Amino acid sequence: MAKSKHRMKNEINAGSMADIAFLLLIFFLVTTTIAEDKGVLVKLPPWSDEPPPEMKLNSRNVYSVLVNAQNQLLVRGEQMQIHDLKHNTKIFIANPEKRSDMSENPQKAIISIKNDRGTKYNTYLEVYNELKAAYNELWEESAMAKFGKNLDQLTAKQTKEIKDAIPLVISEAEPTKFGEEK
Amino acid sequence: MAKFKKKQADTAPAISTASLPDIVFMLLFFFMVVTKMRDTELMVTVNSPQASELTKLEKKTLVNFVFIGRPTAKYKAKVGTKPQIQLGDKFSTTDDIPLFLEKHKVSVPESQRQSIISSLKIDKDVTMGIVGDVKTALRKAGQLKVNYSAKKRDRTKG
Repeated sequence: MAKSKHRMKNEINAGSMADIAFLLLIFFLVTTTIAEDKGVLVKLPPWSDEPPPEMKLNSRNVYSVLVNAQNQLLVRGEQMQIHDLKHNTKIFIANPEKRSDMSENPQKAIISIKNDRGTKYNTYLEVYNELKAAYNELWEESAMAKFGKNLDQLTAKQTKEIKDAIPLVISEAEPTKFGEEK
Repeated sequence: MAKFKKKQADTAPAISTASLPDIVFMLLFFFMVVTKMRDTELMVTVNSPQASELTKLEKKTLVNFVFIGRPTAKYKAKVGTKPQIQLGDKFSTTDDIPLFLEKHKVSVPESQRQSIISSLKIDKDVTMGIVGDVKTALRKAGQLKVNYSAKKRDRTKG
Protein backbone atom coordinates (compact mmCIF):
# COMPACT_ATOMS: atom_id res chain seq x y z
CA MET A 1 0.00 0.00 0.00
CA ALA A 2 2.67 2.37 1.02
CA LYS A 3 4.61 1.45 -2.02
CA SER A 4 1.83 2.36 -4.42
CA LYS A 5 1.34 5.69 -2.72
CA HIS A 6 4.96 6.39 -3.29
CA ARG A 7 4.51 5.61 -6.96
CA MET A 8 1.58 7.98 -7.35
CA LYS A 9 3.84 10.83 -6.45
CA ASN A 10 6.20 10.03 -9.27
CA GLU A 11 5.39 11.99 -12.38
CA ILE A 12 6.20 10.61 -15.77
CA ASN A 13 8.85 12.69 -17.40
CA ALA A 14 7.30 14.21 -20.53
CA GLY A 15 10.51 15.78 -21.71
CA SER A 16 11.06 13.20 -24.40
CA MET A 17 7.54 13.57 -25.74
CA ALA A 18 8.68 16.35 -28.06
CA ASP A 19 11.45 14.15 -29.40
CA ILE A 20 9.06 11.33 -30.16
CA ALA A 21 6.62 13.72 -31.82
CA PHE A 22 9.42 15.21 -33.88
CA LEU A 23 10.46 11.79 -35.03
CA LEU A 24 6.94 10.98 -36.19
CA LEU A 25 6.59 14.41 -37.72
CA ILE A 26 9.70 13.97 -39.80
CA PHE A 27 8.52 10.54 -40.91
CA PHE A 28 5.23 11.94 -42.17
CA LEU A 29 6.92 14.97 -43.71
CA VAL A 30 9.08 12.67 -45.78
CA THR A 31 6.35 10.26 -46.84
CA THR A 32 3.78 12.94 -47.67
CA THR A 33 3.04 13.50 -51.31
CA ILE A 34 0.30 16.05 -51.47
CA ALA A 35 -1.85 14.61 -54.21
CA GLU A 36 -1.93 16.70 -57.37
CA ASP A 37 -5.04 15.15 -58.80
CA LYS A 38 -5.91 17.77 -61.34
CA GLY A 39 -6.19 17.51 -65.05
CA VAL A 40 -7.94 18.37 -68.27
CA LEU A 41 -11.39 16.80 -68.19
CA VAL A 42 -12.48 15.31 -71.49
CA LYS A 43 -15.58 13.46 -72.54
CA LEU A 44 -14.80 10.82 -75.12
CA PRO A 45 -17.35 10.00 -77.80
CA PRO A 46 -19.08 6.64 -77.40
CA TRP A 47 -17.69 3.79 -79.47
CA SER A 48 -19.66 2.37 -82.34
CA ASP A 49 -18.55 -0.29 -84.77
CA GLU A 50 -20.26 1.30 -87.72
CA PRO A 51 -18.53 4.20 -89.35
CA PRO A 52 -20.02 7.53 -88.31
CA PRO A 53 -22.76 8.81 -90.63
CA GLU A 54 -21.64 11.14 -93.34
CA MET A 55 -22.65 14.58 -92.33
CA LYS A 56 -22.88 17.46 -94.69
CA LEU A 57 -21.08 20.20 -92.89
CA ASN A 58 -20.56 23.61 -94.25
CA SER A 59 -16.78 23.89 -94.37
CA ARG A 60 -16.90 27.41 -93.01
CA ASN A 61 -18.11 25.98 -89.70
CA VAL A 62 -15.32 23.48 -89.29
CA TYR A 63 -12.04 24.46 -87.68
CA SER A 64 -9.66 21.64 -88.44
CA VAL A 65 -6.52 21.34 -86.39
CA LEU A 66 -3.90 18.84 -87.47
CA VAL A 67 -0.91 17.96 -85.32
CA ASN A 68 1.71 15.95 -87.14
CA ALA A 69 4.46 13.64 -85.93
CA GLN A 70 6.92 16.55 -85.94
CA ASN A 71 4.61 18.32 -83.47
CA GLN A 72 3.75 20.99 -86.02
CA LEU A 73 0.33 22.51 -86.29
CA LEU A 74 -1.72 22.82 -89.44
CA VAL A 75 -4.88 24.83 -88.92
CA ARG A 76 -7.27 25.07 -91.87
CA GLY A 77 -4.46 24.32 -94.26
CA GLU A 78 -2.04 26.82 -92.83
CA GLN A 79 0.80 26.39 -90.40
CA MET A 80 0.34 27.97 -86.99
CA GLN A 81 2.22 28.31 -83.72
CA ILE A 82 0.61 26.92 -80.59
CA HIS A 83 0.61 30.27 -78.81
CA ASP A 84 -1.54 31.78 -81.58
CA LEU A 85 -4.04 28.95 -81.53
CA LYS A 86 -6.26 30.19 -78.71
CA HIS A 87 -6.59 33.68 -80.12
CA ASN A 88 -7.44 32.44 -83.61
CA THR A 89 -9.89 29.86 -82.30
CA LYS A 90 -11.76 32.52 -80.36
CA ILE A 91 -12.04 34.67 -83.46
CA PHE A 92 -13.24 31.69 -85.46
CA ILE A 93 -15.98 30.76 -82.98
CA ALA A 94 -17.25 34.24 -82.22
CA ASN A 95 -16.60 35.65 -85.71
CA PRO A 96 -17.02 39.28 -84.63
CA GLU A 97 -16.49 40.64 -88.14
CA LYS A 98 -19.02 38.23 -89.69
CA ARG A 99 -16.51 36.94 -92.16
CA SER A 100 -17.80 34.46 -94.68
CA ASP A 101 -14.99 31.94 -94.08
CA MET A 102 -15.63 31.63 -90.35
CA SER A 103 -18.42 30.09 -88.28
CA GLU A 104 -21.96 31.26 -88.98
CA ASN A 105 -22.60 31.37 -85.26
CA PRO A 106 -20.98 29.80 -82.19
CA GLN A 107 -23.60 27.05 -82.09
CA LYS A 108 -22.60 25.75 -85.47
CA ALA A 109 -18.86 25.94 -84.89
CA ILE A 110 -17.06 22.62 -84.72
CA ILE A 111 -13.45 22.11 -83.76
CA SER A 112 -11.84 19.04 -85.23
CA ILE A 113 -8.52 17.67 -84.05
CA LYS A 114 -6.48 15.05 -85.78
CA ASN A 115 -3.10 13.77 -84.74
CA ASP A 116 -0.52 11.25 -85.89
CA ARG A 117 0.46 8.25 -83.84
CA GLY A 118 3.88 9.84 -83.56
CA THR A 119 2.63 13.12 -82.11
CA LYS A 120 4.00 13.81 -78.67
CA TYR A 121 1.42 13.61 -75.92
CA ASN A 122 2.69 16.90 -74.53
CA THR A 123 1.91 18.72 -77.78
CA TYR A 124 -1.47 17.06 -78.10
CA LEU A 125 -2.51 18.07 -74.60
CA GLU A 126 -1.22 21.58 -75.14
CA VAL A 127 -3.34 21.92 -78.26
CA TYR A 128 -6.40 20.50 -76.51
CA ASN A 129 -5.77 22.81 -73.59
CA GLU A 130 -5.57 25.88 -75.83
CA LEU A 131 -8.85 24.98 -77.54
CA LYS A 132 -10.52 24.48 -74.17
CA ALA A 133 -9.04 27.77 -72.98
CA ALA A 134 -10.57 29.52 -76.00
CA TYR A 135 -14.02 28.27 -74.99
CA ASN A 136 -13.47 29.10 -71.34
CA GLU A 137 -12.48 32.65 -72.22
CA LEU A 138 -15.49 33.06 -74.49
CA TRP A 139 -17.75 31.85 -71.68
CA GLU A 140 -16.14 34.22 -69.23
CA GLU A 141 -16.51 37.15 -71.61
CA SER A 142 -20.11 36.28 -72.32
CA ALA A 143 -20.86 35.94 -68.59
CA MET A 144 -19.38 39.39 -68.03
CA ALA A 145 -21.38 40.88 -70.88
CA LYS A 146 -24.71 39.23 -70.07
CA PHE A 147 -24.77 39.15 -66.29
CA GLY A 148 -21.86 41.35 -65.27
CA LYS A 149 -20.41 38.59 -63.17
CA ASN A 150 -17.60 36.10 -63.34
CA LEU A 151 -18.44 32.69 -64.67
CA ASP A 152 -17.99 30.98 -61.30
CA GLN A 153 -20.38 33.39 -59.59
CA LEU A 154 -23.33 32.56 -61.82
CA THR A 155 -26.16 30.25 -60.89
CA ALA A 156 -26.33 26.85 -62.54
CA LYS A 157 -29.10 28.07 -64.81
CA GLN A 158 -27.17 31.09 -66.00
CA THR A 159 -24.08 28.98 -66.61
CA LYS A 160 -26.15 26.58 -68.67
CA GLU A 161 -27.56 29.45 -70.70
CA ILE A 162 -24.08 30.63 -71.58
CA LYS A 163 -22.77 27.17 -72.36
CA ASP A 164 -25.79 26.44 -74.54
CA ALA A 165 -25.18 29.61 -76.52
CA ILE A 166 -21.55 28.63 -77.10
CA PRO A 167 -21.45 24.84 -76.94
CA LEU A 168 -18.09 23.15 -76.69
CA VAL A 169 -17.77 20.79 -79.62
CA ILE A 170 -14.37 19.23 -80.09
CA SER A 171 -14.36 16.25 -82.35
CA GLU A 172 -11.40 13.95 -82.59
CA ALA A 173 -10.63 11.98 -85.70
CA GLU A 174 -8.89 8.62 -85.71
CA PRO A 175 -5.14 9.26 -85.69
CA THR A 176 -3.09 8.55 -88.77
CA LYS A 177 -0.30 6.03 -88.51
CA PHE A 178 2.72 8.27 -89.11
CA GLY A 179 5.77 8.26 -86.93
CA GLU A 180 4.83 5.32 -84.71
CA GLU A 181 7.48 4.65 -82.14
CA LYS A 182 9.43 1.49 -82.80
CA MET B 1 29.82 47.34 -13.17
CA ALA B 2 28.60 44.69 -10.85
CA LYS B 3 25.20 46.27 -10.82
CA PHE B 4 25.03 46.22 -14.61
CA LYS B 5 25.88 42.54 -14.74
CA LYS B 6 23.18 41.66 -12.33
CA LYS B 7 20.55 43.46 -14.33
CA GLN B 8 21.48 41.56 -17.51
CA ALA B 9 21.07 38.24 -15.76
CA ASP B 10 17.62 39.30 -14.63
CA THR B 11 16.30 40.20 -18.09
CA ALA B 12 17.17 36.91 -19.72
CA PRO B 13 14.69 34.33 -18.44
CA ALA B 14 14.62 30.93 -20.09
CA ILE B 15 11.97 30.60 -22.78
CA SER B 16 9.51 27.96 -21.75
CA THR B 17 9.50 25.03 -24.12
CA ALA B 18 6.51 23.40 -22.47
CA SER B 19 4.22 24.16 -25.42
CA LEU B 20 6.68 22.80 -27.95
CA PRO B 21 5.23 19.27 -27.91
CA ASP B 22 1.78 20.72 -28.50
CA ILE B 23 2.94 22.61 -31.56
CA VAL B 24 4.78 19.62 -32.89
CA PHE B 25 1.77 17.39 -32.31
CA MET B 26 -0.41 19.82 -34.19
CA LEU B 27 1.91 19.69 -37.18
CA LEU B 28 2.12 15.94 -36.80
CA PHE B 29 -1.63 15.52 -36.99
CA PHE B 30 -1.79 17.79 -40.01
CA PHE B 31 0.68 15.69 -41.91
CA MET B 32 -0.90 12.45 -40.75
CA VAL B 33 -4.22 13.56 -42.17
CA VAL B 34 -2.79 14.93 -45.40
CA THR B 35 -0.53 11.96 -46.08
CA LYS B 36 -1.80 9.48 -48.55
CA MET B 37 0.37 6.43 -48.68
CA ARG B 38 1.01 5.33 -52.22
CA ASP B 39 -0.78 2.01 -52.40
CA THR B 40 0.75 0.98 -55.67
CA GLU B 41 4.36 1.20 -56.64
CA LEU B 42 4.88 3.25 -59.76
CA MET B 43 6.66 1.09 -62.31
CA VAL B 44 6.72 3.68 -65.08
CA THR B 45 8.08 7.21 -64.96
CA VAL B 46 5.30 9.75 -65.25
CA ASN B 47 6.29 13.34 -65.75
CA SER B 48 2.97 15.14 -66.18
CA PRO B 49 2.66 17.88 -68.78
CA GLN B 50 1.42 21.35 -67.88
CA ALA B 51 -2.00 22.77 -68.69
CA SER B 52 -4.15 25.70 -67.61
CA GLU B 53 -7.73 24.45 -67.93
CA LEU B 54 -7.74 22.05 -65.03
CA THR B 55 -10.53 20.30 -63.19
CA LYS B 56 -10.00 18.88 -59.73
CA LEU B 57 -10.84 15.27 -59.06
CA GLU B 58 -13.06 15.44 -56.02
CA LYS B 59 -13.97 11.92 -54.96
CA LYS B 60 -11.00 9.61 -54.81
CA THR B 61 -13.15 6.49 -54.69
CA LEU B 62 -14.72 7.32 -58.05
CA VAL B 63 -11.39 7.57 -59.82
CA ASN B 64 -9.31 4.85 -61.40
CA PHE B 65 -5.81 5.47 -62.57
CA VAL B 66 -4.10 4.43 -65.77
CA PHE B 67 -0.39 5.14 -65.97
CA ILE B 68 1.50 5.35 -69.22
CA GLY B 69 5.21 5.95 -69.44
CA ARG B 70 8.60 4.39 -69.91
CA PRO B 71 9.53 1.70 -67.36
CA THR B 72 11.70 2.82 -64.46
CA ALA B 73 15.33 1.70 -64.31
CA LYS B 74 14.40 -1.27 -62.17
CA TYR B 75 12.11 -2.78 -64.81
CA LYS B 76 14.01 -1.82 -67.94
CA ALA B 77 15.86 -5.11 -68.11
CA LYS B 78 12.60 -7.05 -67.87
CA VAL B 79 10.29 -5.21 -70.25
CA GLY B 80 12.52 -2.98 -72.34
CA THR B 81 12.36 0.75 -72.76
CA LYS B 82 9.20 1.11 -74.83
CA PRO B 83 6.34 2.99 -73.16
CA GLN B 84 4.13 0.72 -71.10
CA ILE B 85 0.66 0.83 -69.59
CA GLN B 86 0.42 0.22 -65.88
CA LEU B 87 -2.92 -0.77 -64.38
CA GLY B 88 -2.96 -1.32 -60.63
CA ASP B 89 0.42 -2.79 -59.80
CA LYS B 90 1.36 -4.54 -63.03
CA PHE B 91 2.26 -3.86 -66.63
CA SER B 92 -0.70 -4.41 -68.90
CA THR B 93 -1.92 -4.18 -72.43
CA THR B 94 -5.03 -2.48 -73.76
CA ASP B 95 -6.81 -5.88 -73.58
CA ASP B 96 -6.64 -5.74 -69.77
CA ILE B 97 -8.45 -2.41 -69.57
CA PRO B 98 -12.09 -3.69 -69.61
CA LEU B 99 -11.43 -6.11 -66.74
CA PHE B 100 -9.58 -3.43 -64.79
CA LEU B 101 -12.47 -0.99 -65.18
CA GLU B 102 -14.98 -3.67 -64.23
CA LYS B 103 -13.02 -4.52 -61.07
CA HIS B 104 -13.06 -0.89 -60.03
CA LYS B 105 -16.71 -0.52 -60.90
CA VAL B 106 -17.92 -3.24 -58.53
CA SER B 107 -16.26 -1.40 -55.63
CA VAL B 108 -18.42 1.67 -56.30
CA PRO B 109 -22.07 1.93 -55.20
CA GLU B 110 -24.40 1.48 -58.13
CA SER B 111 -25.91 4.95 -57.92
CA GLN B 112 -22.52 6.61 -58.43
CA ARG B 113 -21.22 4.44 -61.24
CA GLN B 114 -21.98 6.89 -64.00
CA SER B 115 -19.68 9.47 -62.42
CA ILE B 116 -16.58 7.28 -62.47
CA ILE B 117 -13.64 9.10 -63.99
CA SER B 118 -10.52 7.55 -65.44
CA SER B 119 -7.46 9.58 -64.62
CA LEU B 120 -4.81 9.12 -67.27
CA LYS B 121 -1.40 9.83 -65.86
CA ILE B 122 0.73 10.00 -68.94
CA ASP B 123 4.34 10.99 -69.35
CA LYS B 124 4.69 14.04 -71.57
CA ASP B 125 7.28 12.43 -73.83
CA VAL B 126 5.09 9.47 -74.78
CA THR B 127 3.74 9.50 -78.32
CA MET B 128 0.03 9.49 -79.10
CA GLY B 129 0.05 5.97 -80.56
CA ILE B 130 -0.24 4.19 -77.23
CA VAL B 131 -2.46 6.95 -75.83
CA GLY B 132 -4.84 6.58 -78.76
CA ASP B 133 -5.01 2.82 -78.21
CA VAL B 134 -5.92 3.35 -74.57
CA LYS B 135 -8.54 5.93 -75.54
CA THR B 136 -10.09 3.49 -77.99
CA ALA B 137 -10.12 0.75 -75.33
CA LEU B 138 -11.78 3.11 -72.84
CA ARG B 139 -14.42 4.08 -75.38
CA LYS B 140 -15.11 0.44 -76.19
CA ALA B 141 -15.48 -0.28 -72.49
CA GLY B 142 -17.92 2.61 -72.13
CA GLN B 143 -15.66 4.66 -69.87
CA LEU B 144 -16.09 8.07 -71.46
CA LYS B 145 -15.18 10.43 -68.66
CA VAL B 146 -11.47 10.92 -68.80
CA ASN B 147 -9.11 13.26 -67.05
CA TYR B 148 -5.67 13.92 -68.51
CA SER B 149 -3.60 14.51 -65.42
CA ALA B 150 -1.57 17.73 -65.65
CA LYS B 151 0.23 20.30 -63.56
CA LYS B 152 -1.08 23.82 -63.17
CA ARG B 153 0.29 26.62 -65.28
CA ASP B 154 -0.99 30.04 -66.24
CA ARG B 155 -3.06 30.60 -69.32
CA THR B 156 -1.17 31.86 -72.34
CA LYS B 157 -1.63 35.54 -73.12
CA GLY B 158 -3.41 36.79 -76.16
